[in-house]
Amino acid sequence: MLEEEAVSLHDAPTRSLNMIEAINEALDVMMARDPDVVILGEDVGYFGGVFRATAGLQGKYGKNRVFDSPINECGIIGAAVGMAAYGLRPVPEIQFADYIYPGLDQLVSEAARLRYRSAGEFVAPITVRSPFGGGIFGGQTHSQSPEALFTHVAGLKTVIPSTPHDAKGLLIAAIEDNDPVIFFEPKRIYNGPFDGYYDNPSKSWKNHAGGKVPEGYYSIPLGKARVVREGAAMTVLAYGTMIHVVEAVLAEKGVDAEIIDLRTLVPLDIETVQKSVEKTGKCLIVHEATRTSGFGAELSALVQERCFYHLEAPIERVTGFDTPYPHSLEWAYFPGPVRIGEAVDRLMKD
Amino acid sequence: MGESPVRSGKPRGNLPPLELYVPEPKYRPGDKVDYSELDIPEPGELARPDEACAASETWPLTTDMIRVLGDDDKAVGPWNPNLDPESLRRMLRNMALTRAFDDRMYRGQRQGKTSFYMKCTGEEAISVACALALAGDDMVFPSYRQQGILISRGYPLVDMINQIYSNRADRLKGRQLPIMYSARDYGFFTISGNLATQFPQAVGWAMASAIKGDTRIATSFIGEGSSAEGDFHAAMTFAAVYNAPVVLNVVNNQWAISSFSGFAGAERTTFAARAAGYGIAGLRVDGNDALAVYAAMEWAANRARGNLGPTLIEHFTYRAEGHSTSDDPSAYRSAHEREEWPLGDPIMRLRNHLIAIGEWSEDRHADMDRELAEEVKAATKEAEKNGILGHGLHHPFHTMFEDVFEELPWHLDEQAEQAIRERQMKWPEWKE
Ligand SMILES: Cc1ncc(C[n+]2csc(CCOP(=O)(O)OP(=O)(O)O)c2C)c(N)n1
Repeated sequence: MLEEEAVSLHDAPTRSLNMIEAINEALDVMMARDPDVVILGEDVGYFGGVFRATAGLQGKYGKNRVFDSPINECGIIGAAVGMAAYGLRPVPEIQFADYIYPGLDQLVSEAARLRYRSAGEFVAPITVRSPFGGGIFGGQTHSQSPEALFTHVAGLKTVIPSTPHDAKGLLIAAIEDNDPVIFFEPKRIYNGPFDGYYDNPSKSWKNHAGGKVPEGYYSIPLGKARVVREGAAMTVLAYGTMIHVVEAVLAEKGVDAEIIDLRTLVPLDIETVQKSVEKTGKCLIVHEATRTSGFGAELSALVQERCFYHLEAPIERVTGFDTPYPHSLEWAYFPGPVRIGEAVDRLMKD
Repeated sequence: MGESPVRSGKPRGNLPPLELYVPEPKYRPGDKVDYSELDIPEPGELARPDEACAASETWPLTTDMIRVLGDDDKAVGPWNPNLDPESLRRMLRNMALTRAFDDRMYRGQRQGKTSFYMKCTGEEAISVACALALAGDDMVFPSYRQQGILISRGYPLVDMINQIYSNRADRLKGRQLPIMYSARDYGFFTISGNLATQFPQAVGWAMASAIKGDTRIATSFIGEGSSAEGDFHAAMTFAAVYNAPVVLNVVNNQWAISSFSGFAGAERTTFAARAAGYGIAGLRVDGNDALAVYAAMEWAANRARGNLGPTLIEHFTYRAEGHSTSDDPSAYRSAHEREEWPLGDPIMRLRNHLIAIGEWSEDRHADMDRELAEEVKAATKEAEKNGILGHGLHHPFHTMFEDVFEELPWHLDEQAEQAIRERQMKWPEWKE
């Protein structure tokens, strides 16, 4: 698979796409390659999804393969489990990650355990796509980052891209994967990278290396992190929107940090993480989700277990607060440049 | 905080105070049972609409009850499936085998050979007759009381028992609670302990079959208690919206552990009548009448196969035994309920029918019962060679970590190593 990736990346012409377009292309590529790929979800058909991620696909592949569903997440994921049992590869869309809860039992108790409980007789190659994260004034019901919940469930894979390039390659890999995958799309950066300064003018993917997307098929293996930037002063572990915020903060501070985009939380690329922390001796973990029992806690424990004798400072965690996402105080909640900057300073002092 | 006027509960004007209604079953342990209020229509009276009829035409069939076998053991009316004697005997045999199997496994649990068992006594007609009315490759999304389907489809008894014993030959590698079979090759979906989840899954399977232009249909079974779960309504909505080729069955056996059917809404309407609100065809059938069950499933399956849409069937029956081996029904319901159940015993009714038409005899029945008991006993012996629960013969430790994902990730690999290291310390004599 790595070879195939290298080959097609080398050969295929690249264009600038935003993350929505890249996701749409990944779906298009997979629907063309595999007649068993079907898409269902609220508004995904004729309209192409409220974020337009499935735009044009129904027209191209027909209503048999791309169709709207009732507003019933239990039904969407439950039906997807049945479709997978039949032999299809459903790619259900949950309109916002906040609405995954009505379908949670079907995901956690059913999809996640189907292979295990049937000893491999039935599998659930389902990719649940869902926009997540805040920073769009979505209030507490359109902003949550529930990824840790899924990483806690045996049998689910959790994938989060941070660029259009990765979004396409990772989504293709997720759809090809024979296990259920939760594919969380950081909606704050659908249209352009975000540096954490909410009143700065929006940026575009056009001027970003991650916005260069090869045509056609390529995949990025799940379980492989991306070293965004090499450095010696500290290791920063992040994913999704936070990658861009972290990059901006560190550039501003002139800190020579190594930034690692985890890309998949489960399975986690522990090797890359460990190697980096052993080199730098310091570790900063950044995510937007609430702090308590967040994925940062798991990362921190892993780093402590594996790199203890290399650590030169306490591991730092920068996260959202343990409150629901407040609408009017969104930017007070968001773990932006100030919170990250303080943690970076603390680590640099040690 | 001051008392809010909204919460004060002071009566306003002369309005009567509101009262919460909490359903209560008619009879508790020791009570005499009176079934005279139960509406049990004469067999043969209900019309059998064309399978292509509008869903709304089935309304009378959702509030009444389809019955074929009468007190005189004759089969009557438009719902009589007119099965040949050979098919009737096969049906009877599968039902009797299911009961013999249940009896033996129940005793096995009592003897400590496994942790748990669930019988379907009194409900054998539902799974067996449905299995015979379906095509062998139609997909079933069962709950835990449809062992009769596996048995009817010829799934090896030894494999069922291996699963119940969680032994080294258990095809599910000892991971599932006993009776939670999975048999893909027999069109039998892996059973979940989370109630009702199979209902929307069956609809999804049926939708997939339609997407692919297949000819197979799906069916699912749920208890009346579980029909209160949101999944039931998700399934009904999806089935209706996509006109899915699916037959959804509610097995109304009156009891959900200790809760009577009133806690799923049975005091307000029948379960079959719920079909109407979704625009789905509905049938309510005497679940202890194998011929009526067969006819209803055949009707619904033909309808689904003809792209005419889904059907909801309520099988009206009685759970004759405890909920499971962990349950004592005498603690919450009257023993007379079972004794006086007016729809009789499904096996006896079919047996008597076959005798009445001159195709069976009491002697042949007794011979068959003996033979089936022997068959089950032999299968049990065979399975015991592979071990019983807790007696050491189970799958290797490493299998615990397999099938979580298609490939073993590093963290599970590490944990597997740990489990094996611990095993060497805890049981040094262990060999695998
Ligand atoms: C989601 C869920 N809630 C509760 C339970 C516990 N439970 C197991 S069986 C049962 C009763 C089910 O009754 P019913 O659906 O009527 O089926 P029956 O046992 O009568 O065949 C309950 C509450 C469960 N397994 N799953």
